[in-house]
Parts: sequence; C-alpha cells; structure tokens
Amino acid sequence: MTTGHAAHEIAPSSSTASPAVVEVRDLSVSYPAKDQSVVALDRVNLAIREGEFISLIGPSGCGKTTLLRVIADLEQASSGSVLVNGMSSHDARLARAYGYVFQAPALFPWRTVLQNVMLPLEIHGRSAEEGRTIAREHLERVGLTGFEGKYPWQLSGGMQQRVSIARALGFEPKLLMMDEPFGALDEITRDRLNEQLLRLWERERRTVVFVTHSIPEAAFLSSRIVVMSARPGRIVEVIESNLPADRTLEIRETPAFMKIAHRLRVALASGHGH
Amino acid sequence: MATELAPKTPSASPPRGGSRSAWGGPAPTEARIFDRVLPVLAVLAGIGVVWYLAAVWLNAPQVIERVFADRPSFGWRELIGHTWSMDRPVLPAPHQIALDMFHSIADWPPDSPRSLLYHAGVTSGATLLGFMLGSLLGAVLAVLIVHLPTLERAVFPWIIASQTVPVLAIAPIIIVILGSFNLTGLLPKALISMYLCFFPVVVAMVKGLRSPGVFERELMHTYAASKNQTFWKLRIPASLPFLFPSLRVAIAAGLVGAIVGELPTGAQAGLGARLLTGSYYGNTVQIWSALTMSALLGLVLTACISLVERALVAGGKQ
Repeated sequence: MTTGHAAHEIAPSSSTASPAVVEVRDLSVSYPAKDQSVVALDRVNLAIREGEFISLIGPSGCGKTTLLRVIADLEQASSGSVLVNGMSSHDARLARAYGYVFQAPALFPWRTVLQNVMLPLEIHGRSAEEGRTIAREHLERVGLTGFEGKYPWQLSGGMQQRVSIARALGFEPKLLMMDEPFGALDEITRDRLNEQLLRLWERERRTVVFVTHSIPEAAFLSSRIVVMSARPGRIVEVIESNLPADRTLEIRETPAFMKIAHRLRVALASGHGH
Repeated sequence: MATELAPKTPSASPPRGGSRSAWGGPAPTEARIFDRVLPVLAVLAGIGVVWYLAAVWLNAPQVIERVFADRPSFGWRELIGHTWSMDRPVLPAPHQIALDMFHSIADWPPDSPRSLLYHAGVTSGATLLGFMLGSLLGAVLAVLIVHLPTLERAVFPWIIASQTVPVLAIAPIIIVILGSFNLTGLLPKALISMYLCFFPVVVAMVKGLRSPGVFERELMHTYAASKNQTFWKLRIPASLPFLFPSLRVAIAAGLVGAIVGELPTGAQAGLGARLLTGSYYGNTVQIWSALTMSALLGLVLTACISLVERALVAGGKQ
C-alpha cells in the first residue's frame, strides 16, 4: 500500500481552479544529530487552495507540526520551497498573511481577554479605538461576549483557546494555521469547539490548515485530509471529503462519515508499515 | 481588599467564603482580616513575654550590684520592677523603648535633631535616592545582559563578587573618596545604599525578562513584531511579577546601606548616627529606639512598594 508522494501533485488541481494559498514544493527538513541528521520531512509536495479546510494527520514524529511551522516561517526548510500567497514564507509572515493558533492558548496573563485579542492589532499599528471595536466583534464571533474584562486565569481551558482563536482572526488573515489547538481539552469541549470552528469556517471561508492526531476531528472538520507517515515524514495519502458544509456532530453516525474515517484509518495504518 | 496583599499564589490566600461563613460566622472580609492579624498579634505577644523575661535575666546582675549592694535582702517584685526601669539597662524593656520613641516624637518638632522622625527622614531620603539609582542600574544591567549574552559572561561574575565585599568595609572608602571631592551628606550614603540595592534587581529582572515561554515568543514572531514591541509588550510585563519581590528586598537592603553609610560620617544625622551616639554614651534605650524606628521604616517602605505593585500588576496574578 505504498503510495509515492509524486502522485499527490495531481491532487490539488482536481476540483476548482482557485489560486493556491500555500504551495509546498519538494520540501525537506532535517535536523543535525550526533551520527546522522534526523529527517523530519522528506520531499513533501502540497498545494492548498483558497477556502479549503486542510487537516494534517499522522502519528507523532511524522512532521505534521514541522510542515505547519515551516509554512509559518517558525522553522526553516533544509531544501525545497514554500510559497504563501506567492511570497516566501518569510515575506508572508512580515506581510501578516496568516494567523497562528498554538497548542496552548498562550494568552498574556497581565492582559484582559479584550486586551489579549487587541495585542496583534496594537502591534500592527491600529488605533486603540479601532482595535477595541474589532476585538469585541471577534470575541462575539467565538461566543465570548461578556468576558472582555476577565483575565485569562478566570476562564476555562476551552474558553481560553477560543480567545486565542479570536486573537488569531482579529486582523483578518486569509490563512489560519492551527497546531493541535484542542489537543489539551476534554472530548466534550473539543466536540463543541470543533462544531463552532466549522461554523466559523463555513461563514467566512478562510483557508484553514489544521494539525491533529484525531481521526474523528480530521474527518469532521476537513474538506481535504493529508495523511502523513513518520521516519521520514512523508505524505501517504490525500483524502477528499464530500460531507455537506452545514454538517453537525450527528454526521459522525452516518455511513459517509464512517467511510472517510475508515479510509483515514487504513491510510494511517499503511503509513505505519513504512 | 485584604487578599490583594497576600502572596500571589492562590493556595496561600485564604479561601473565599470557607466553612466559617457557612456556619454564620463573621463576614468573609472580617474573617480574612482576623485570619491575617491574629497570627501577627500572637507572635508579637510571644516576643513580648520572652523580651520581658530576658530583660529581667540580663539586667538583674546590674540591679543587684548597684541598687541592692548595701541591702542584705530584697523582694523579687522589687527586683523585677528595677530591671524594667533602669536608666542604662543591658536590655531595655519594650515599654521603655516605646516611651523613649513617643517622647522623642511628641516632645520635639519633626525638624529637631532630637526627634526620631527627623533622623528617620534623613535616612529614608538617602535610602530612597539609593534605591532609585540602584533599581535603575539593576534594570539597565538586566536589559543589557538579556540582549547581549557576552555581557552576561563578562559582567555577572563581577556583579556577584561585588556583593561578597562587606559593605562595612566599602562604606568608609566611598565616603572618604567622595569627601575628597567635597561630596558629603546625602550622595555618599545614597551610593552605598545603591550598591546593596542593584543586586537583587539585576538577578530577578534577568530571570523575569527571560520568563516568557516559547509559545509567547513565537506568537510575537508570527505577528512580525519588532524587537522593541516584543520587549515592551511581552518581556517587560512578564518581568514585573519577578521585579517587585526583588524591589522589596532591595529597599530593605538599601535601608541597611544608608544606615551603615551614616556610621563613619561622624554621626551628624540619621538613624545610623543615633545608633552610634547611643553606643558612645552607653544609652541603650536610644539605640533600641533607633533600631525600632529603622525596622518600622523598613516596613513602611516595603509596604509602599507593595502598593505600587498592586496598582501595576493587578491582573497578573494566576
């Protein structure tokens, strides 16, 4: 069941012809180690179109987070290239092309919820007045109206992560990158946030790149799922999802959903055999 | 309000609305004040008892020698009464110190050299100037160290070495050298105070400026924040919870520095001068009142820092 990564170069062009927001070409990342360097990513190719919800899924050590971090210019490629909106990832970062949500909310404890959401706007030189209005609006979109004056430690973990999503969306980036944002939350909270995130995506159609190791999460959220394998990190398979956009959590009981979950499971198992 | 003064860890602050209020006891605020004040009073009472006993024990030989020398027998009540009211006791009783302080403050105007307030004012002036200079030096050094790793290796051993030199040895040297430039009075004392102040601030501030985690720093990176923005919006606010405890330590150390700086000046003014003249003339009560005054001054100064902290890091507690 070994699928060559070359095969996936065709995949992106299959449906609509919208321009690529992210284009990854022959990307390799390796870290120097004592005897031989560790290959985190090995010649990965991927194109992400505008408005897609892409999940990167795979076992730990498959380089899914590394891939996201290279796109975000948080890590450097050893070879190959990454283009974000046609720019290098470095230029794209300086152009504030994306919002990034980390595994932890990373809220500043000395700032209120509102001030936390205002942080990137302040840094980007918006006026305090404008920043406050935008921050309020984005807090409303993640359902946190009324919590503006609270400090992060007064909020639950799920609420904190919603604040961090509002913060990432505040400056209206076209691209939203999320690195296992709900990994530390309990399953009930995670389900609820997944549904809210999907509604948000459905409404605004921003491009989302989402790293997860949860099969149901990837199957539920994504319009396309990139399955990766470890040592070296490679793309094993790319699975398109045709679930309706207005799906709710109940869809997880349907055969269509189970079929996608099954394909994911098979692809992950095949990747494990490498 | 009372909990705001408590240590910043939630476990250390008294529980809100605990079993006491559930049982119809005093209101939570009262209960918390009660919880905080009672242990302090208990310790105070303990110290008082030990103190009075120690005064009897330490002063009795002198009393026997001077007052009862020509009397074959005396009652123990009489003995104790004398040990607690001697003119120049080895250890004055607490009420003697309190009375001496009260008279010095109540009987003289605050600008008279006989008023303890005057001397406390002189010492706190030197302490505050030294504290400001020292904290500024400490903060600037910390910022430089955080930005230039080479500087840390070059400077840190010297900073630590500077604190191993006894301040008692450094103080006269500073005063003599500055005196040769006709710099006397406040400045030399402030410099000695600064010498003790800057150290805790450097150590804490370096730690505080380096406290932001990987996510926080990477977050600023994804915003394409400038070094300046990362410094003012992340590193500085993150360092404040580290800075303030060190400022409390610094101001207390600075007070010691200022008092030590007053000793070799020929004892003109200040609590250090009071200590020195007291020991010249064997006036132990005066020494003890100057001591008590400096302890009270230390408490007031650290309380001021805590007030500033409450105003600046209101939301910072976790």
